[in-house]
Amino acid sequence: MPAPTTAALVTRCQALFDDLSFGAAREWKAAAAGRRVVAYMPIYVPRELIHAAGMLPLGILGAGENLEVIHGDAYYQSYICRIPRSTLDLGITGRLDFVDGFLFPSICDVIRNLSGIWKILFPKVYVHYFDVPQNFDPEVGGVFYRQELQELREALARLAGRPITDDALRASFALYNQNRRLVRELYAFRAGAPWRAPASETYLVLRAGMVLPVEEHNQLLADYLAAARAEERPRRDNCRIVLNGVFCEQPPLSMIKAIEMSGCYIVDDDFMLVHRWLLEDLPVTGDPIAALSTAFLSGSTENGAKYQPRQELKGQYILEAVRANAAEGVIFAAPSFCDPALLERPMLEKVLDRVDVPHIGFKYAENSAQLQPVREQAGTFADSIKLWSTP
Amino acid sequence: MTVKPASLRPQAPVREVVKEASMVKQKEMIARNYDLLTSTAEHGRKVASTFVPGNLNELIMCFDMLNNLPEINAIQNGMRKISGDYITEAEKRGHSEDVCTYVKADLGMIAKGNVSPNGKPLPRPDLLLLSYTGCFTFMKWFELLREEYKCPTVMLHVPYQGDGETTRNMRDYIVKQLKQEVIPALERVSGVKFDIDRLRGYLRESARAEDDLVWVLESAKQTPAPIDAYFGGVYYIGPIFTAFRGTPDATEYYRLLRAEIEERLRLGLGPITPEGDMKSQKYRLVVEGPPNWTSFREFWKMFYDDGAVVVASSYTKVGGTYDLGFRHDPDHPLESLADYCMGVYTNRNLPQRIDLLEKYMDEYQADGLLINSIKSCNSFSAGQLMIMREVEKRTGKPAAFIETDLVDPRYFSAANVKNRLESYFQMIDQKRGSAPSAA
Ligand code: SF4
Ligand code: SF4
Repeated sequence: MPAPTTAALVTRCQALFDDLSFGAAREWKAAAAGRRVVAYMPIYVPRELIHAAGMLPLGILGAGENLEVIHGDAYYQSYICRIPRSTLDLGITGRLDFVDGFLFPSICDVIRNLSGIWKILFPKVYVHYFDVPQNFDPEVGGVFYRQELQELREALARLAGRPITDDALRASFALYNQNRRLVRELYAFRAGAPWRAPASETYLVLRAGMVLPVEEHNQLLADYLAAARAEERPRRDNCRIVLNGVFCEQPPLSMIKAIEMSGCYIVDDDFMLVHRWLLEDLPVTGDPIAALSTAFLSGSTENGAKYQPRQELKGQYILEAVRANAAEGVIFAAPSFCDPALLERPMLEKVLDRVDVPHIGFKYAENSAQLQPVREQAGTFADSIKLWSTP
Repeated sequence: MTVKPASLRPQAPVREVVKEASMVKQKEMIARNYDLLTSTAEHGRKVASTFVPGNLNELIMCFDMLNNLPEINAIQNGMRKISGDYITEAEKRGHSEDVCTYVKADLGMIAKGNVSPNGKPLPRPDLLLLSYTGCFTFMKWFELLREEYKCPTVMLHVPYQGDGETTRNMRDYIVKQLKQEVIPALERVSGVKFDIDRLRGYLRESARAEDDLVWVLESAKQTPAPIDAYFGGVYYIGPIFTAFRGTPDATEYYRLLRAEIEERLRLGLGPITPEGDMKSQKYRLVVEGPPNWTSFREFWKMFYDDGAVVVASSYTKVGGTYDLGFRHDPDHPLESLADYCMGVYTNRNLPQRIDLLEKYMDEYQADGLLINSIKSCNSFSAGQLMIMREVEKRTGKPAAFIETDLVDPRYFSAANVKNRLESYFQMIDQKRGSAPSAA
């Protein structure tokens, strides 16, 4: 069989992306008796725990621009972001009726409160608000987190109807380590040659990882990387930017394309950080719960949803993203009414201003089709970067 | 200060004098605290800034430190109608129109000289005590303030009651943070060594005041209600929620207040409003959500003019749910601070919030639930429509929804709110199926 092309792989990812009934996950569940699916929202949950119980972790990122939200709007005021309402719509319309558990991670008060709504509306589903420590001392936050993980492990085991053994966890670690390595590789490849792996494609490849079993996603990542490496594509005179603020509610795919078409190569972003939350491999020996905890405390990514205890380090991550990827500017794109992104942004801007990294910012909604202003802003931004960087 | 029992004095002046006693007392306390805060250069006491939910006032006092609460400053500026300018200033400086207006009112205030209500500049805090309790914004707010002040910052992370309960693990985590992070930080900044017996003393004092506060809040179970548990309630919670919990002043304030309310009950009087005693009580409401501060008086008037009295509110529980039985406990000092933090209203999950409101509807014999949804507060607002549906469903009583903001005058539309309230009152009348009954 010939190796798949990027186009073929992206077509498959697009189909998964467009399927708001989650057919792939449904098929997975139906393929064997007793299978269970555990959904989760942004920003981070230890998917290894779900996987090790033989269950499918299913990432839910709202319904995007292709679902007309009918019920969700009755639950949310106009001044709350879109993702909880479209997610509720998915639930109320039965599109998530195969989901057995749902984890709502610590990210902001909207998702926090959505966990309570879910408990009320879907009493048969195992619903859990997944808290993570904002204290990063192993003896303080670490002890708390290990116990939380242990309790989650037990609850998931009950849901799965089988214990989650240390060995099963280590096997899951190995698979997710591979997944993270491949994602890192993909990001590095894109940063090196963004015209060969456009963000609109890498985005879809990552999105596929929200619905596919990790084993399949690993294969998909490897195939895409191989195909992208094998294909030559025209290089455009684009500037290189980091896209920040897109970690929860998703912009329409057309917005990503619009940014690229306006002359910006996206060389780093914070889409679906669950794939990149842990920065290093989890050890496959020793106590797995301790390993997850240590990785979270001292080896996880930084983001607006997290506390930075040290003032001198605040916001440095955006600068590192710029430097490590040889970016020339930052585009802050945040969902309207998004506390983590919008409260964080001025602090990140300050860090960039100190070293004269140019940036622009705008807001979006998952269903907003107003791309013209985005095109114009991104286009002007790209032009100004090119102008000023010309020797 | 001693106050003669009200029954020994002639009736008309008594009400006047008794009414004033607690109000005057609170006013004095607030003024004194602002005077202390704005004269640190003279007396040298250190200042901690912190939040109302998860306020550790007793602990702060153990280090001879003063407590400055940015939320309260924002409220003060809202009521004095200057928050709008501050918010505009913060937005000019790059803060999003979409985020919490308390934060922007605070940052704008700092940008414009950080002037306290007494006209003097507030000091730079010596410590930001980030009690991360019940609200995500708190975390970012103090990261933003840390950039301004470049002062030591210590985080107390209070886990959320996601599953509707507190666990041993959550409690241990908080206590450990208090021991290993918060107390050492307070010691370092103040130079005062921690004395747990001193803390016990303050906690003992707190519990006394808490008993009286609960009595006052629960007095609204009577008909007619002698208090308004929202518009009046925000004054009653003042001392306990802010820099006075654990002080003899607070105990005295609540003793006075309780005596006043006892007297009002005895005389069958309704709540005091800015325009005198409220006469008729046609509607008994439970209110969910914070009030609007920029048009506070106007907002309140819309209620008492139509005979609506608030008999219970959730906002008066953001600084502690004492009516659910919690008391600060000198025998378990750090544990009780942990329990206090975990129990505040916004740290409770949505089902718990619904249960509490349903209980209020029941126990306070309310005619309905009114939700004042705050535009920029996700902690309170996200999920309030669900709350409304559920409470309506469970109680069979009508609920209504209005939308305002805390301290951003742009989002208070008096005409809209008034219309909405009037149709709501009509709805209650209809539901009763008979002419409104005056209490
Ligand atoms: S988009 Fe922002 S505010 Fe909305 S749920 Fe996500 S993180 Fe929270
Ligand atoms: S978001 Fe709400 S709870 Fe949080 S600081 Fe603002 S007003 Fe207070």
